[in-house]
Amino acid sequence: MEALYKKANILYIPALALFALFVAYPFVDGIRIAFTNWNGFSRRFSYVGLRNFVRLFKDENVRASFWNTLLYGFGSTFFQQVLGLSLALFLDKKFPGRGITRTVVYLPVLISAVIMGYMWYYLLQYDGALNDIVALAGGEKRLWLSSAASAKSFILGVNTLQYCGISMVIYMAGLQNIAPMYYEAARIEGAGEWQVFRRVTVPLLYPAFVTSITINLIGGLKLFDIIKALTGGGPGYTTNSLATLIHSSYFASQMAGFAAANGLALFVLILAITLSLQAIFRKIEVQS
Amino acid sequence: MPRGVAAIVICAIQLVPLYITLTVALKPQTDLSSYWALPVRAAWSNFARAVESGGLIRAFANTAAITAASTALVVLLAAMAAYPLARSGSRLNKTVSSFVLSIMMVPALSLLVPLYVLLVRMRAVSTYWGITLVHVAFNLPLAIFLFTNFIKTIPRELDEAAVIDGSSIYGIYYRIILPLLKPVTVTVIILTSVAVWNDFQYSLYFLQRPSMRVVTLSISSFFATSGSDPHVAAAGAILAILPVTLLYVFLQRYFVKGMVDSALK
Repeated sequence: MEALYKKANILYIPALALFALFVAYPFVDGIRIAFTNWNGFSRRFSYVGLRNFVRLFKDENVRASFWNTLLYGFGSTFFQQVLGLSLALFLDKKFPGRGITRTVVYLPVLISAVIMGYMWYYLLQYDGALNDIVALAGGEKRLWLSSAASAKSFILGVNTLQYCGISMVIYMAGLQNIAPMYYEAARIEGAGEWQVFRRVTVPLLYPAFVTSITINLIGGLKLFDIIKALTGGGPGYTTNSLATLIHSSYFASQMAGFAAANGLALFVLILAITLSLQAIFRKIEVQS
Repeated sequence: MPRGVAAIVICAIQLVPLYITLTVALKPQTDLSSYWALPVRAAWSNFARAVESGGLIRAFANTAAITAASTALVVLLAAMAAYPLARSGSRLNKTVSSFVLSIMMVPALSLLVPLYVLLVRMRAVSTYWGITLVHVAFNLPLAIFLFTNFIKTIPRELDEAAVIDGSSIYGIYYRIILPLLKPVTVTVIILTSVAVWNDFQYSLYFLQRPSMRVVTLSISSFFATSGSDPHVAAAGAILAILPVTLLYVFLQRYFVKGMVDSALK
């Protein structure tokens, strides 16, 4: 049988050819470009050694984008778990309106993030819906997206709300997989509500935590669309993530070499975070 | 707080941006009332103007064509690739599997510059086939992963019985395995087509000619152009999200199942 299956290996060749052309080759070529001062269109360029990489560590905009990337990644992951798990627990029991609530919370996941960003813009602009409420409450209207701190909070918030549905459905599925006998056993032992949650629900939800955190984290670290729609990286360069910075250094500032180096940095960052996360998860698994 | 009330509050929060965009879309530019207020009389003309000034018919056609082609290719290539990967545990195939898995972790953005250079060299910028192949390449790993896991649950005895009956390996694949793949195919179709339909990033890079614009690019051009009518832009945004929203409302079981399947396997 094994010999027969070997014949079937031909079936993955088209897929591998596509990966070779669109992933592996660009990856290697990207390393080459990162060592040049190429502007993205000219025929002339020269190899500049590590200059682009040195600049990564010195450039203020890169540093700001780096911290923002971590903020968007870890920040939305944290809030998405809190919201997603609370919603899943809330919707775990049957009640009228449960199905609709699940439908509505998950709906934004399917809407294009860039359009979601623009829809929020009607709330956040100066003459927008949020300021109408502020004015009604007697407060002063504000430019919500004109200070870095406030703009970043809204980017984080919009991303969290849009994708908390993912964690919610993962946790709902996880909760349904917990056999009722575990709860019954815990109650017979005299465990209170909180203890049941802490000692039964949380440990048995472990696989759901792993998947939900991984998906949300990778999504958050790659954040692009919502930033483009809400702030375009501004004011100044203050709300950029590495993703939006790569885009603007290539297409707006014509620094292809620098953008390629930046791309490598993003790749290494995401790889390092995902691998350490997996290591941490494995350690927890061994301990428990 | 009773559950019902809490549920209403949760739904309201998630629906606010949709509601506001809808009221804006339905008001004429002369209506200066708060965005919260419903329009006195619906200005449907905003929708017609959005379609016209945004070239939305062309954009919808482009998006539909690219989505259909990408999804079909992803399903085809992934269903093929998954069979040997699920059945044979040779060292070569294990390496291939982990290579495919590792591609899932590569953010396409980190390849923006070299990928763009490649597409320029292939004369594939602003072409249907260029963007389609890029979508296929980056959506394929998850699809292969899902198909592989699914095929692993199909008993090998089926393959063996067919071999005894004199079937070739391709015959087994075509007549026995393929017909069993329906459920996972639905999942892959949903995940891929939603991802491609909603894509902004790749389209922004690789579709630069206005006639090639997809829906997300058309909508973003409304918002990026200063002085464009916000009411028309809102109407465009509503039209843009309508197809996926309607499909979701009618087929939500499959949408949620697809997400959960892809996450928990």
